[in-house]
Amino acid sequence: MMRRSLWLKIVSAVVLFGAWQIAGMIPVSYAFPTFFESMAALIRMAGDGTLLTAYIETLRPLVVGVGISAFLGIGLGLWIGLSAKFDWLFSPIFIVMQAAPLAALIPLLVMAYGIGLTSKVFVVCIMAMPVIVLNTASAVRNTPASLKEMGRSFMASDTKIMLRIIIPAASPVIFSGLRLGVSAGFIGAILAELKITPTGVGDIITYSRSIADYPAMYAAIFSIILLAVLFLNFLERLEVYLFEGNVRGYASD
Amino acid sequence: MVMPQIKEADVPDMPPQSDNAVVARGISKTYGSVEALRDLSLEFPRGQLTSLLGPSGCGKTTLLKIIAGLLKPNSGEIEVNGKPVKGPGPDRAFVFQDFALMPWANVLRNVAFGLELRGVATSEREAIAEKYIAEVGLAGFEKSYPHQLSGGMRQRVGLARALSVDADVLLMDEPFSAVDEQTRRKFQEDLLNLVQNENKTFIFVTHSIEEAVYVSDQIAILLPRPSRVSEIIRPTDLRHKNVDNIRRDPEYLDIVDSIWASLRSYVE
Ligand SMILES: Nc1ncnc2c1ncn2[C@@H]1O[C@H](COP(=O)(O)OP(=O)(O)OP(=O)(O)O)[C@@H](O)[C@H]1O
Ligand SMILES: [Mg+2]
Repeated sequence: MMRRSLWLKIVSAVVLFGAWQIAGMIPVSYAFPTFFESMAALIRMAGDGTLLTAYIETLRPLVVGVGISAFLGIGLGLWIGLSAKFDWLFSPIFIVMQAAPLAALIPLLVMAYGIGLTSKVFVVCIMAMPVIVLNTASAVRNTPASLKEMGRSFMASDTKIMLRIIIPAASPVIFSGLRLGVSAGFIGAILAELKITPTGVGDIITYSRSIADYPAMYAAIFSIILLAVLFLNFLERLEVYLFEGNVRGYASD
Repeated sequence: MVMPQIKEADVPDMPPQSDNAVVARGISKTYGSVEALRDLSLEFPRGQLTSLLGPSGCGKTTLLKIIAGLLKPNSGEIEVNGKPVKGPGPDRAFVFQDFALMPWANVLRNVAFGLELRGVATSEREAIAEKYIAEVGLAGFEKSYPHQLSGGMRQRVGLARALSVDADVLLMDEPFSAVDEQTRRKFQEDLLNLVQNENKTFIFVTHSIEEAVYVSDQIAILLPRPSRVSEIIRPTDLRHKNVDNIRRDPEYLDIVDSIWASLRSYVE
């Protein structure tokens, strides 16, 4: 089973990169390099340290923003899911946040917080947090009533019901919210660097486009996607490790 | 208070007054405008199996949850071992109709969960859980997850979990309704053995007249909402007969018929 999914991943990667290579060779656009040209640029930038310096810059708002979004988001989500009053108070904020056109908000953020780290962290949080909060809240609300009753019938305290029943039962949906939130956070981090001040990976993208070094531009984009995929895989591993039976299916299926 | 009329199925004179593990006195319960139970009184003799039988929606689950302490009645009182019930307690364990197993935990952890919540140390609770897993016939499945088990096996896990906390009273809400007929018959036989061997009081909700007559020491027939006990039937003689022949026994058939006769008017 595990082996088969690994093969599928490899096959789909080969198909994707093959299509990229062919599209670059036709070429669909003058500004669209082939897969191998992009990879060469990637290796070059990795070799001369450009990529490393860029990522040190980019990862800062990303890690801080995703970290804040995950902890605060899950915490708020639990709270919203458990209390109707809190739901009434906070849910609308996150629904609006999720729907807000971020590009339009960025000038406001820059006005309020300048062009430094704070604004970028905000952008990452605005992208990542709503889906984490809303998923967590709905997962908590939908905990099977009979599981909670089971806990109560064995005289579990509210804390134990929360920690050993509600959170594990909600974990699949919480994790899917985390995955969506983290992907959105990656988008937010790059968006911030493109719209606020060109630093890190956003700087490579902007700069290489301005000098028409398209392979380098695509290499930078590719690297950020690769990093996102690796991180999402890590999240999946973490979920399997924490809640083994959940991942394989529900008893009520 | 409306006293239920007691009909002795076979023994004309009253059996000696046994002591009761659970007593329900004048229980009323309304959900908003729905009156589920009205002034219901019933005694559950210790060491025996009492079935609650009645049409769907008449409040059987509600009564069971009130006895479990999961719901508060609007009026009336439940006594367990002579003490009034204020909430869930170690003297009662619940077997859920939908099993209520945790999909993220394997069989061993599910069965030991009642003990885990009570703070019993890991090695001790796992030893107890393993004993009951074997007792319900699931030895070798300790590491399986619920979704890898059949419906019947899942129900055994729920049963083992309830048994492992060693409560005096076992509350079972239609425990066999989600399993096929063959498994159900096997479960009914197992249940009879359990009643014989474990010194526990069983309160058993079922839809099936045959099942109730087959396994019960006492059958309480509930009327549709607002529910009271309309009749109590004690198939006492059946309990002394050979289990294999009960279903062919004329007395068994008579009791099934008479229950059907009293219920049919409400079903139409
Ligand atoms: N949480 C609730 N809120 C409102 N009404 C409820 C609730 N639970 C039960 N009821 C109502 O109370 C009545 C009794 O319900 P209960 O579940 O006890 O019936 P039951 O005898 O167990 O039925 P069944 O045999 O179908 O399981 C039903 O009419 C139902 O509509
Ligand atoms: Mg019911």
